[in-house]
Amino acid sequence: MKKYFLIESRNPWDSQQVDRNYQIAADLAKAGNEVTLFMVENAVLATRSSAKTNGLTNLKQVKLLADDFSLKERGIMPSEIFAGIEVASINAVVDAMANKQKMIWL
Amino acid sequence: MKALQIVQSAYRCNSEEQDDPVIWFALVLKGANADVDIVLRENAVNYAISDQNAPPLSFGQWQQTQPPRIDRDLQQAIDKGLNVYVVNEDVRDRGISKVEMLDGIKSISRQDLASLFDNYDLIWHW
Amino acid sequence: MSNKTLSFLMMDGPFEQARTTTSFRIIAAAIARGYNVNVFAYEGAVSLSFAKQTPHANSIHGHSSEEENHPLTKDWIAALMKEAEAKGGKLDWINCGLCVDERGVTEAIAGCRRGAPKDFWQWATESDATLVIGTK
Repeated sequence: MKKYFLIESRNPWDSQQVDRNYQIAADLAKAGNEVTLFMVENAVLATRSSAKTNGLTNLKQVKLLADDFSLKERGIMPSEIFAGIEVASINAVVDAMANKQKMIWL
Repeated sequence: MKALQIVQSAYRCNSEEQDDPVIWFALVLKGANADVDIVLRENAVNYAISDQNAPPLSFGQWQQTQPPRIDRDLQQAIDKGLNVYVVNEDVRDRGISKVEMLDGIKSISRQDLASLFDNYDLIWHW
Repeated sequence: MSNKTLSFLMMDGPFEQARTTTSFRIIAAAIARGYNVNVFAYEGAVSLSFAKQTPHANSIHGHSSEEENHPLTKDWIAALMKEAEAKGGKLDWINCGLCVDERGVTEAIAGCRRGAPKDFWQWATESDATLVIGTK
């Protein structure tokens, strides 16, 4: 089992490609890999539980992280985001790299 | 060490650079004996068609003499032994027919990208 | 000195994309741990270290140049190089030479040097992990 750390900085309203990026995360997980999706910048606009997009809720096998800085910058409280998405610091990226995970900025 | 170059951004600065900076980068790495392959996804699948013919720019008296030839650069990559893949669904969605494709282009489905990634140590998504 | 080395390729020019800020946040976090960090600046990113970047006042904020303390990426790089040294690591910064020339940003701050894609490949083969941060 390999470990993939994916970074997404856009959201489905920026580009339909983002839904296909989510699918890459899902497919990697389905293939038996350990997959983390770190959402940063405008990607976190898709993390509100009230958001009219369901791409993230379909990623059951993927560990979902939302960058704390990006959430604060956009005034999104941790209580507003989907259950199942963890708030994380940028250190999560560094941890993954130090642990030799496969890094992909989608 | 093997690196997969996934190109999704296309026709962004090609006329200024007279190439695609990622395809160029991959060719330079190959020249340095790096083991690299290319996946074209999203809009970049259009790079795989032959007979792209970017018009030379002209501003006042200034004339471009070497407009980009992405098809030529990609053919060079294939001829040098790089595997160049296009994502089937992205090709189909854009109404591109297989007969338009450069010789040597390989196809892969979106679903099979995950298993392709397994073959590479590094995955660089541009 | 840490035995961890992380390599990055940056592509966006300064003051254009949030990716620049995020990239520097990641690099800073790695340096805070004493890791060695390599950055290959490609395309517009070669302007990140341009020595002639100059701060400015902000009349909308009613601030002088000193009060506004406008961020400059060349200052971020210089500060991170110093921080890396203090933490026992190193920030090595290479600008793509051809990209520098075509943009005319030949005057980089001290510590940044010219190079070529093969330098990034060399780093990639020697690093614990590599992250390409492309322009979208």
